[in-house]
Amino acid sequence: MSWEVVIGLEIHAQLTTQSKIFSGSSIAYGASPNSQASAIDLGMPGMLPVLNAGVIDKSISLGLALNAEIGRKSVFDRKNYMYPDLPKGYQTTQLEFPIVGQGSLEIDVDGEKKVIGVTRAHLEEDAGKSNHGVVPGMSGIDLNRAGTPLLEIVSDPDMSSAKEAVAYAKKMHELVQYLGICDGNMQEGSFRVDSNVSIRKPGEPFGTRTELKNINSFRFIEKAIEFEIERQIEVIENGGEVVQETRLYDSENDTTRSMRSKEEANDYRYFPCPDLLPVIITEEDIQAVKATMPELPDTKRIRFVSEFGLSDYDAEVLTGSRDMAEFFEAVVKATDNKDAKLCANWMTSGFAAAINKDNLAVTDAPITAEMLAGMLNRIMDDTISGKIAKQVFEAMWNGEGTADEIIEAKGLKQITDTGAIEALVDEVLANNQSQVEAYKGGQEKMMGYFVGQIMKASGGQANPGQVNKMLKEKLS
Amino acid sequence: MSLGKTEVEYISRLAAIEVNESEVNDVAAKLSNILDLFSQMQATDTENVSPMAHPLDQVQRLRPDVVTAVDQHEKLQSVAPKVENDLYLVPQVIE
Repeated sequence: MSWEVVIGLEIHAQLTTQSKIFSGSSIAYGASPNSQASAIDLGMPGMLPVLNAGVIDKSISLGLALNAEIGRKSVFDRKNYMYPDLPKGYQTTQLEFPIVGQGSLEIDVDGEKKVIGVTRAHLEEDAGKSNHGVVPGMSGIDLNRAGTPLLEIVSDPDMSSAKEAVAYAKKMHELVQYLGICDGNMQEGSFRVDSNVSIRKPGEPFGTRTELKNINSFRFIEKAIEFEIERQIEVIENGGEVVQETRLYDSENDTTRSMRSKEEANDYRYFPCPDLLPVIITEEDIQAVKATMPELPDTKRIRFVSEFGLSDYDAEVLTGSRDMAEFFEAVVKATDNKDAKLCANWMTSGFAAAINKDNLAVTDAPITAEMLAGMLNRIMDDTISGKIAKQVFEAMWNGEGTADEIIEAKGLKQITDTGAIEALVDEVLANNQSQVEAYKGGQEKMMGYFVGQIMKASGGQANPGQVNKMLKEKLS
Repeated sequence: MSLGKTEVEYISRLAAIEVNESEVNDVAAKLSNILDLFSQMQATDTENVSPMAHPLDQVQRLRPDVVTAVDQHEKLQSVAPKVENDLYLVPQVIE
């Protein structure tokens, strides 16, 4: 009998504000310990939180993108637990009245579309960090991160494979970056994915779930979930029971293991935070955010197909990030929209390959959209062939100048002069008499050989279209 | 409603408040009294009353997203029991 897998994700997206959720401290990453932890962040007696307007707008923007209900009355609660990196003894979060209510996100797995429910998204503050080994027997607490605004996005348990879970996580990752509400940096912990995994026989109630935490790459999330599914099946089929617990993924051994189970079951004694009043969100607030929202990835993808005649695949790759999509549109614009398909090809192959190879962000590429467009314009007006363009592209990438400068300096201009091409064709045909005979005897594949020889003789600079045409004339 | 020793110990552990053996009965009695008050309130019909998030009938004011705090860690750490490398030191936390 087969098992049905049930997965729900909790994603913590760190919001791209300047200051903390309840204080005026900076949230910049990598500052020296405790230099960004004020009396409010430290939970000093008498300190009062004041809510940051930025977190409200960013949350509304995600809510709108997920077609979710926006919590018109949003309430903060205290989640009580004792831990040294939580100086107040409670985390300020939202329980019953979150800022974003039920919404959804559509994912695509191997061409199959599926709508994943988003239960809610609520605002909360991050905790500080514990450092071990500074002084033996002691932990060193850095509270710079305490009070950093997080939006916890909780999905419905709608995913039924590791692949779907990763597709959802990636889609959310793309979305928050498009919206500019989270930088998506998984290494720095700005986007953290916790997976709740359980299995059951079809039609039966949910099985006991385990939670996989602190995995900072999509590849490892997929592997960890796959391992966890196998582990749970094995436990149950051997007559055991899955224990509700948090498990850590060990990427070196590709296994998950139980975290030390806490002595007490979680008992957070939530109650509304008396230091914060309810936040009221008006229709005007929502409309104001709506007016500043960028085009969303799915809309962009559909537009790229209809407006530029791109394939679904190209549109998918080009809208993979907002920077990539904007770079592409700038290239199309700078080439007067003459051949968007050619622009797309160069973006998805040459450009994408080059940034991947050098491990660069689109915005850090050594060439601008105008430079790439400059080269594509020379392909479109037949100054250079696509093959020569590869050489030009590489030279541009290495900082040797613009396409026009490189073409000029290296003498790469395509040979389009009919007389010059005819001379090349004649020369190659004269030197390859036996192949000419073979061609005339029916071996049509010789055509490719002739073209190759002629292109070689021209140093790659003859216009391939003209060469083909001339050859056909001469051989007919 | 009356609380026993076990509950008092559990609650004190959650709240990280030390309750001596000799105090347990006294604390249990006091907490039980509070709970009795709650059961009295619970008897009230609140069918058509929406839960109150705050006793003040006011709306939260927001502050603009601007960094206003300055680095005061030296001053703040001057009252900390132990500090090393700008970190607040606490008894070892087992992860």
